[in-house]
Amino acid sequence: MEKKGEDKKIDYEKTIIHLHNVTKHYEMGDNVVKAVDGISIDIQRGDFVAVMGPSGSGKSTSMNLIGSLDMPTHGHIFLDGEDISLLNESELAQIRGKNIGFIFQQFNLIPTLTVKENVVLPMTLQGISEYEREEKAEKILRRLELADRMDHYPNQISGGQQQRVAIARALANDPEVILADEPTGNLDTKTGLKVMDFLTELNKEGRTIVLVTHSPELAKQYAHTVYWLKDGKIERITKERKNAFEKVGKWKGD
Amino acid sequence: MTLLGICIGILAVVSLISLGSGLKLAVGSQFGVSSTELITVQASGGNFGPPGSEVINPLTKEHLEEIKKLSSVKMAIGRKIETGKLEFNNKVVFGYASNIPDGEDRDFIYSQLEAKPIAGRLLRDGEIGKVFLGYNFYVDKVGLERAVVPGNTVTIQDRDFEVVGILEKKGSFIYDNLVYMNEDDLQSLFDYGDDLDYIDVLPTDKDNMERTKEDIEKLLRRLRDVDVGSEDFTVSTPEASMAQVNSMLNAIQAFVIIIASISIFVGAIGIINTMETSVLERKKEIGIMKAIGAKNSQIFMQFFVESGFLGLIGGGIGVILGITLGYVGIMGINNFMGSDVQPTINFILIFFALLGSFAIGAIAGIIPAMRAAKQNPVEALRG
Repeated sequence: MEKKGEDKKIDYEKTIIHLHNVTKHYEMGDNVVKAVDGISIDIQRGDFVAVMGPSGSGKSTSMNLIGSLDMPTHGHIFLDGEDISLLNESELAQIRGKNIGFIFQQFNLIPTLTVKENVVLPMTLQGISEYEREEKAEKILRRLELADRMDHYPNQISGGQQQRVAIARALANDPEVILADEPTGNLDTKTGLKVMDFLTELNKEGRTIVLVTHSPELAKQYAHTVYWLKDGKIERITKERKNAFEKVGKWKGD
Repeated sequence: MTLLGICIGILAVVSLISLGSGLKLAVGSQFGVSSTELITVQASGGNFGPPGSEVINPLTKEHLEEIKKLSSVKMAIGRKIETGKLEFNNKVVFGYASNIPDGEDRDFIYSQLEAKPIAGRLLRDGEIGKVFLGYNFYVDKVGLERAVVPGNTVTIQDRDFEVVGILEKKGSFIYDNLVYMNEDDLQSLFDYGDDLDYIDVLPTDKDNMERTKEDIEKLLRRLRDVDVGSEDFTVSTPEASMAQVNSMLNAIQAFVIIIASISIFVGAIGIINTMETSVLERKKEIGIMKAIGAKNSQIFMQFFVESGFLGLIGGGIGVILGITLGYVGIMGINNFMGSDVQPTINFILIFFALLGSFAIGAIAGIIPAMRAAKQNPVEALRG
């Protein structure tokens, strides 16, 4: 595939998400704020990546760009080999729906739906049959030990349980990539670590995990690759836990 | 509040249409009894009341005789209705008495009326001192506090009459309350001389009533010495009378339709408002949906359909209320006019009313739904 203006050749067999010299501006009144400024990020398939930085460093913006929730002001973003700026909204939504699972700090479950309905929802959006999606949802929820909460509403369960529902929902369409934006931010330490352990488990299955966090400890403890952000730029990229990262082939679904 | 507008609008439309057709039937039945074959001639300028009340220049027997001579007239009968006092069971009521002539005129009247007695019999030729009464006398609906049956004696204008029969129910305010007596009796009680209240004319050619009507008009203009355009009489064909009533009903319908349209419009605005608020309140939800893979079109559809259902609910309530109102209205009309119209449920009307309210709701929701769909996921997630 032809990609203009690249300094190095990107191997799209190995790289699932690539941000190329991406800048994102926001206009706040008369000021132009550069949330991220000329960053390049490579997410390799099967990797556990952390995007780390203090607040205001641009890590959340990076997350939005990586997840194709937002478009760059300058630069290009490639998702599974495709330049997302060339895609229309509907195609983008589909790619997002099928390839990426989001986990947010505030859980972001739909409050008017039950636990099970929340997990079923992404599958409904992709047109999966009712039988299939019910079955799948139950399977995932059982794996996350939420089988007895399936008919509860988000406001009836604890924060830790809500986050597990969010994880279940993120897994609904078997995405290759899980994007977690400060997933432990609203949880107590013990529950938070359980979530991180689960993400590690998912990574061992071959899924690519992208974690955004403000905690260097968390980043170093769980991620293999860490992007250190400051003021919208990448300060450095480090490799941690080198022995754990081996899988490079294409991830296969359940 | 938003449901209210659509609800009122649909209510108005549904009740209107059922009432409207019911009303037409009821009024029609009043006319129907006096048949679709007759031309009615009246003098103008009468007061409210039966035909001929207090006109300045009444019709006379002379007019009747001249009309009978027209070639386009097969038969003509002079009718008189007088207001009088009737006593029975120590009660006094005021009502109307109508003349029953003798001979073939009487036969003609009976056949026009499709007169059948429900009790006793009708009057025969030359029966003086006897009457038959309209149905309401039989069921104590005239205020005498006792039903009148054949064999009873009633006192009219201080003279006793034997009741020989009761006319079957006609569903007409006029005919069910009438006292029918022989022409000679009526004349001797009220002494009206040669005056007539109205003349019923049977044309020779019922497919060409216009011709008969014109002939009568020309004749009367000559006899009463009036010019074209300043007639002091009316010659009505049944279609013309119905047409008059219809145009009045249509005017009422048009008015109600305007009110209904305004209300539906208000309701639609209400729905737009509700949906806009809903979209704003669910901004975060929209962001989440987009993050988990919802396309713009899916988000649009969700709000679009919701909006339609808002309209449908309003319309549903409106339909139920409208049918109820229609029922009540027709019952009221029956009571008031003495008609006997059966309220029916028009399923086609209901179907279209519901379809329409869904459509209105959905259309009202288009812009808010589009706005929902176009939200930027990141901003939406911020709440």
